[in-house]
Amino acid sequence: MTTASLDLGRPASQRQSLWRYWRGGLQGSEFTWAVAFIVPYVAVFFAFVVYPVLYGLWMGSNPSLYAEVFSDPIYVNTVVNTIIFLVFGVNVKLFLALLLSGFFMRPGWWTKALLMIFVLPWAVPALPTFISIHWMLNGEWGLVNNALYILFGVDGPSWLNSRWLALGAAICSHVWKWTPFWTVILLAGRMSIPQEIYDAAKVDGATGLRRFLYVTFPLLANLYLVLTLLATIFLLGDFNSVYFVTGGGPANSTHLLATLGVVRDMLELGKPQLGVAAVMSALPLLIPLVIILMRKLRTAEVQL
Amino acid sequence: MTTTTLDAGRAPVKTDVPATHSMERMRRSARRWRWLSNAGAALVSALLIVWTLIPIYNIIMVSLEREGDVFSDHLFPADPSAESFWVVLSQGHWYLEAFWHQFGNSVFLAGMVTFLVLLIGTLTSFSVGRMRIRNGWLITNAALLTYVIPASFLAIPFYLIMQNYGLNNNPWSVIAVLVTFATPYAIFIFQEYGRSIPIELDESARIDGASPLQIYYKIYLPLMAPALVAVGTYALLLAWNEYLYQFLLLSSDRSMTVAVALGKFLNSDVAPWNYMMATAIIYALPPIATYYAFRNRMSAGLTMGGVKG
Repeated sequence: MTTASLDLGRPASQRQSLWRYWRGGLQGSEFTWAVAFIVPYVAVFFAFVVYPVLYGLWMGSNPSLYAEVFSDPIYVNTVVNTIIFLVFGVNVKLFLALLLSGFFMRPGWWTKALLMIFVLPWAVPALPTFISIHWMLNGEWGLVNNALYILFGVDGPSWLNSRWLALGAAICSHVWKWTPFWTVILLAGRMSIPQEIYDAAKVDGATGLRRFLYVTFPLLANLYLVLTLLATIFLLGDFNSVYFVTGGGPANSTHLLATLGVVRDMLELGKPQLGVAAVMSALPLLIPLVIILMRKLRTAEVQL
Repeated sequence: MTTTTLDAGRAPVKTDVPATHSMERMRRSARRWRWLSNAGAALVSALLIVWTLIPIYNIIMVSLEREGDVFSDHLFPADPSAESFWVVLSQGHWYLEAFWHQFGNSVFLAGMVTFLVLLIGTLTSFSVGRMRIRNGWLITNAALLTYVIPASFLAIPFYLIMQNYGLNNNPWSVIAVLVTFATPYAIFIFQEYGRSIPIELDESARIDGASPLQIYYKIYLPLMAPALVAVGTYALLLAWNEYLYQFLLLSSDRSMTVAVALGKFLNSDVAPWNYMMATAIIYALPPIATYYAFRNRMSAGLTMGGVKG
């Protein structure tokens, strides 16, 4: 089993002298070179991560902003949408990916060819496909309602004019786009489980569902947990699926925190402080997630 | 299943005739089982193909329609024509006046981001992973932190900062953001891959009098080639596909990229959908080709050091 650990500790070879430890075992001009090599990244980090973060914290530091944000009914709707999006988006996507990765373990050329088709949503940029989905869901001329009418003689609803249908459409689009990505990762995770373990399990009589429950899943559990955390964080920052599929509409009822802050607060209302405050209200969820994830990625080895 | 297996195991002890009998039964049940599993697989395959391809089919269908035909009830284009592709390529609609210029902007942006990510990523991981600079773990942690902050959460402060400095409509402002958010992944992959290159190589070169710069350039970079390809593909696709920052920071007709131009189509009242979808296809082709060309390298990179969407 290959272990892809992120070993962030200091190397063990640095126990010689205090001075050498102080410079990380580098001497003279080598130390200068090493410093020169990290300067670009350190500069980027301070200029484009630390500075905007501090600027954002400063913008959102006025407590009266939060009174305004929390009394806004659209903000309350947005929080509900974000929670629904997180719960369904992350879990449906990852559970499907878990099942499909098992399906793609089947031998044969057909599975390989199917996998090539299946990863298309991930390979195609988000923009064209989300615009296409937006048009597909058009109540009058979209492909979905055309198909419903021609095949079943049913008049479909105008999908994007109802809050729940539109939100559901955005979640489905997100799942459509990102399931292949997580499937490929879980597939790699499954492939790294040695065949001997399965052989041993077979001797003990574990087949089918039991094999999955007692062999595959325990070995994938840690990876699955890390992926859930990562998917949650990525989804919290997802802008495209809601922005292009529903545009936040109808009547700003399907925004997520990321789109509400940028699109409505900053661009429509011209109140960027409000947007920053809305985004910052996700920090009580985001910060614990980030801490857990950083610990998981750092100490526990992500077994793939 | 289990009972038949047990039968088969016990059978030879008794007599020969029931043995062949139960063997036959077992084979038949195995065949039936295989048939069921194949039928299930075919069903799943069919569902997957339909689910995956519908939005893509819709793009192609609309792009093949003539102007006006978009607004009618059908599942196939009534009168398919490649006219809209020609309109896009010859910039024949007022939405598309600067199409090739914007395409060039996208290429420039993606190229610069890829180059800078590779440069900064390799320099950093060389210093931290190979030269083992003191407290290098701080840098790795900073990168990890950047990796887990959603990029869109910094959009508002970033937009205002760039406005304060008058860097709106300047491609370098977008390049800076995208490099910031792509480099952490590069650092992970490079450090992870670098472990497979023996450190003794560096040491012997150093004894022979090579400077760190020479070791970096002549030993480290050539040996890192597979990781460079993986990360380069990742950065290229990220920069080409990214929308939010390009949309916020590049708004003039001359500075915007194809992605922003496509988004602008959507916001107009009478969007010419067939031209828009043709533009979308032309925009999507380079990343798709890149993706399939370097697919195996990319997946190797993904499984090597964590993940990133």
